[in-house]
Amino acid sequence: MSVLEGKELRIVGFLCNWCSYGGADTAGVGRFTQPTDLRIIRVPCSGRINPLFVMKALIGGADGVLVSGCHPRDCHYAEGNYYARRRLEVLKGLLPVLGINPSRFEYTWVSASEGQRWQHVVETFTARIHALGPAQAFAGTTGPANHNRADAMVS
Amino acid sequence: MSRIDVGYFPGCSGLGTSMEYERSTRAVCRELGIGLREIPDWNCCGSTPAHSTDSALSAALASRVFAQGEKAGIGDMITPCPSCLKNLRVALEHMEDPLFSARVDALTERPLQMRHSIRSVLQILIEDVGPERIKARVRRSLKGLKVVPYYGCLMTRPEKIMRFDDPENPVALDRLLEALGAEVLAFPLKTDCCGGSFAIPARKVTPRLAGRILDMAGEVGADAVVVACPLCQMNLDLRQGQIRAGGVDRVLPVPYFTQLAAYAFGLPEQEAAFKKLVQDIQPAFACMSRRAADIEAEERKTAAAEAEKARLAAERAAKAAEKAAEKAGAKDAAPDGAGKKSAAAKKPREKADADGGEA
Amino acid sequence: MRIGVFICHCGSNIAGTVDCAGVAQRAAAYPDVVYSTDIMYACAEPGQDAVIAAVKEHGLTGVVVASCTPRMHEPTFRKAVERAGINRYMFEMANIREHVSWIGKDVEANTNKAAELVRMAAAKLRLNRELKPKSFPVTKRVLVIGGGVAGIQAALDAADAGLEVVMVEKQPTIGGKMAKLDKTFPTVDCSSCILGPRMVDVAQHPNITLYAYSELEEVSGYVGNFDVKIRKKATYVNWDKCTGCGLCTEKCPSKKSYDRFNEGVGPTTAILIPFPQAIPKKASIERDYCRLFNQGKCGVCAKVCPTGAIDYAMQDEIVEVKVGGIVAATGYDLVDWTVYGEYGAGRYPDVVTSLQYERMLSASGPTGGHIKRPSDGKEPKDVVFIQCVASRDPSIGRPYCSGFCCMYTAKQAILTKDHIPDSQSYVFYMDIRSPGKGYDEFTRRVQEEYGARYVRGRVSMIYPKGGKLVVRGADTLMGGQVEVEADLVVLAVGGEAAAGSPALAEKLRISYDGYGFFMEGHPKLKPVETNTAGVFLAGACQGLKDIPSSVAQGSAAAAKAIGLLSRNMLDSDPQIAFVSVNRCVGCRKCIEVCPFKAIREIDMRGQPKAEVIETVCQGCGLCNATCPQGAIQLSHFTDNQILAEVEALCRF
Repeated sequence: MSVLEGKELRIVGFLCNWCSYGGADTAGVGRFTQPTDLRIIRVPCSGRINPLFVMKALIGGADGVLVSGCHPRDCHYAEGNYYARRRLEVLKGLLPVLGINPSRFEYTWVSASEGQRWQHVVETFTARIHALGPAQAFAGTTGPANHNRADAMVS
Repeated sequence: MSRIDVGYFPGCSGLGTSMEYERSTRAVCRELGIGLREIPDWNCCGSTPAHSTDSALSAALASRVFAQGEKAGIGDMITPCPSCLKNLRVALEHMEDPLFSARVDALTERPLQMRHSIRSVLQILIEDVGPERIKARVRRSLKGLKVVPYYGCLMTRPEKIMRFDDPENPVALDRLLEALGAEVLAFPLKTDCCGGSFAIPARKVTPRLAGRILDMAGEVGADAVVVACPLCQMNLDLRQGQIRAGGVDRVLPVPYFTQLAAYAFGLPEQEAAFKKLVQDIQPAFACMSRRAADIEAEERKTAAAEAEKARLAAERAAKAAEKAAEKAGAKDAAPDGAGKKSAAAKKPREKADADGGEA
Repeated sequence: MRIGVFICHCGSNIAGTVDCAGVAQRAAAYPDVVYSTDIMYACAEPGQDAVIAAVKEHGLTGVVVASCTPRMHEPTFRKAVERAGINRYMFEMANIREHVSWIGKDVEANTNKAAELVRMAAAKLRLNRELKPKSFPVTKRVLVIGGGVAGIQAALDAADAGLEVVMVEKQPTIGGKMAKLDKTFPTVDCSSCILGPRMVDVAQHPNITLYAYSELEEVSGYVGNFDVKIRKKATYVNWDKCTGCGLCTEKCPSKKSYDRFNEGVGPTTAILIPFPQAIPKKASIERDYCRLFNQGKCGVCAKVCPTGAIDYAMQDEIVEVKVGGIVAATGYDLVDWTVYGEYGAGRYPDVVTSLQYERMLSASGPTGGHIKRPSDGKEPKDVVFIQCVASRDPSIGRPYCSGFCCMYTAKQAILTKDHIPDSQSYVFYMDIRSPGKGYDEFTRRVQEEYGARYVRGRVSMIYPKGGKLVVRGADTLMGGQVEVEADLVVLAVGGEAAAGSPALAEKLRISYDGYGFFMEGHPKLKPVETNTAGVFLAGACQGLKDIPSSVAQGSAAAAKAIGLLSRNMLDSDPQIAFVSVNRCVGCRKCIEVCPFKAIREIDMRGQPKAEVIETVCQGCGLCNATCPQGAIQLSHFTDNQILAEVEALCRF
């Protein structure tokens, strides 16, 4: 990951296509200035997100991971975000066990119309990650071997 | 009668301009089994001058009152004055915020330990004693007295702070006065502004606003405007000269509800303290007595007429039953059902007659 | 794989803060990328042609376009690559406009971020598979929910285009709110004269089946093939026999029923036909007010009915229909204004709502078109209108503008003057909002020609005084308090989503906002579509609007339904889940989580396995994240594809 050394940190976002991805678009259309650290991965629903994706990103060297889906009761697929909420809440509790600071991970709800809210979310989360600084590499995790391990966890 | 013990914050008016409120409140509470434990060495609640200058300083005054309560082991307290009530409640509400609370504690150096609540005298009479028990204590009914209840602006507002009754159309005082036997008239200006403390910065405002309230009270035919706030009382009672100068010619007594309750409970004048009012209440009581006599005469008449009607109806029913029995006897049918039916059929008409008679 | 990368300048929208050529240069080094260039407008015709030409020239098998959001132009480019001979799913987009160039001005950081987004897209594309949609037949029938003016318009347009239409209306008659209006703005023409014929058209159209006094019970299925259950509520009158003669309503002894159609302005009977022009013109019994149901004896209507249509034992009935598309047109309700203590909270009879006032103005209303005070039946002389009641008020959770109240208040002020020439109207307003053809002129006319006095300010209190109502408010232009002694006060009450809207939305699987209004597919570009294929919106259920806008949306929704059902076969979206049977252990977890019941258990040589019902799967991927074996995967968003994007970002 070729971030700008000293300027940026590595933040990965998993965003629901129907709401938060649109919310990020709305923020763009409204020219709501945001930090440039975040890289967004589009998924069809926050319920599609396997918590292992988040762990894979963190072990792989991301300094922060942000998940954003539709507000509860507002899921495009009726109930996907409820599943997401339960899984991600459990994940939060599990991260310290793995030696990962749980503050590096956050999940939130942003709808397609909430451009301003999205800007606020990105700003605060980025500021939080910058306050934590770059994540430390796990011993023996450099190189492709780690990828294989994470892949093995997922599939 | 179960006893209630509660802390009591008289407020500064009670020692000066509203002595009659203070005195009658103590008497009425005693009669209803409410034990008042005055907060030892209480101080100003932090009212107008303080809270318009600095909310933390104002809350610090309030906080000291609560701290003094704690000294005597008092958590729940009441106060007759709505303005004190508002200030003390606002202080408690703001002190829920730990930051604000820390500022206040720094000033008082006495962080509060207990849970505190503060309510009005009216509230405790309605919520804890209830109209039924008040009614049961009445010795001298206010039957025939036409009153309008005037709550003032603070008794139920701001809604989120006071959390008592309906903010726009409160009825607690109505229920209480009804329990005392008075006739409570519909009064649309229940919560209108009396002019409050504007008497000091803008002298003309108060007589105009107070005049509007008196005018409406006179228009709906009230003998008296019943109040629950020392400042309202002063503006409505003391300023009737100024109000008259402004063109509203209504002479109306403005008693506190506790004074009327003391009267209705049959307590002596020194406890009801009507003599402290500027406008004499005696003409209103005279009116009340005359009207009560009329009402009683009317009631006796209606009762007699009703008894007569009931007697006639019973006679008719008996006759009809006899006839039916004769017929049924001839036809070998059950007589009871027929008799009942004819009696039932007559009932609606009797009722209509009775209604007509009352009207 | 041979990947081509195209970096769009979007004029200066992207190129202004991103070095597009630099990004193209860096992309050339990514795995499998054989061609990389920057391009002025990728979505324009020359841009698309350039992509197609490059595919042919360089033998590309996959394309990445870095431009705007895929929510905007993904379909455009998919079609373009298809024209170039590549499967439409061998295409990825990198969003370097909304997510990069528009949210920061730092060219170095933007260029770097854009290059990384392209790297992610290319990494995912390497794992893309060709996907082919399956075709399925459609049912050429459309369901219209709600028989107000928007629903009527949608139904008639669709029926005229040759589609079968099933209309479901909750009330015993269609017509909705518009049928209650006396006149309409800004032309002041008679509402029932223009709506009535259209209602009759609905009743007589051979393609339209009307279920009045019915509600939607259940919806299952998918676009093109919805299975709908409709609950026909018991009317206790057999409508096949009822001729609408009205004899029962004349003889009914229960004369104090609440008159729903007339907004309670006058009482009515327990058995009733809502109004003379009702469609269908059939009687129904309001059970709550009927003496037979409540006191056990009466039966007058059954005795007088010449056709023997009364059936006290009638039960609700469920009707099942198959439809291809659905138009929701469920309208709005007035907010319960009695939350306002300052307006009397309903204590004063001479404070009425605007809709009640319409019924008073209407010649077919309970007062025969004479304006009478409810308290004493006298004709009012001074009428005060208060606007923005329950609109633009965050304190009761209604911060939005209802949009039509300024205009109907102006109309009502004009009608007041027409009915009572020596009357005086006062209008308390916050702002006059009259954007529309002839609207602003209309609000000027009411002030200049009809002498209505407009006071800019809120009303703080209404109280009775000597048979009149004193309306006390602020005049913010004069900077003072005003008191008006009124004979009648009309509250311009705002609207809210019709009762039960969220529950209906959940049945239809469409989104709704915090107020219960249904969410359109896109606020600008998909105003009548929803995010659920085959479900369209018309009228105030999507957001409050006046009659012309509702009618326009009705037609628009019909056009969308007609377009959808004009085809004999529809293509299913191939971005759905698929099961790798070797890995599946038959644990049923995917079956439990699927919100659409799109997965079933099958028996494969004695082993339980999951199977996806392709036409039902909506592609959410819940099953994918749930499967402990990774056996069920969502096409186009498989674990490996998402992980490839993550990996493209990993530094270790």
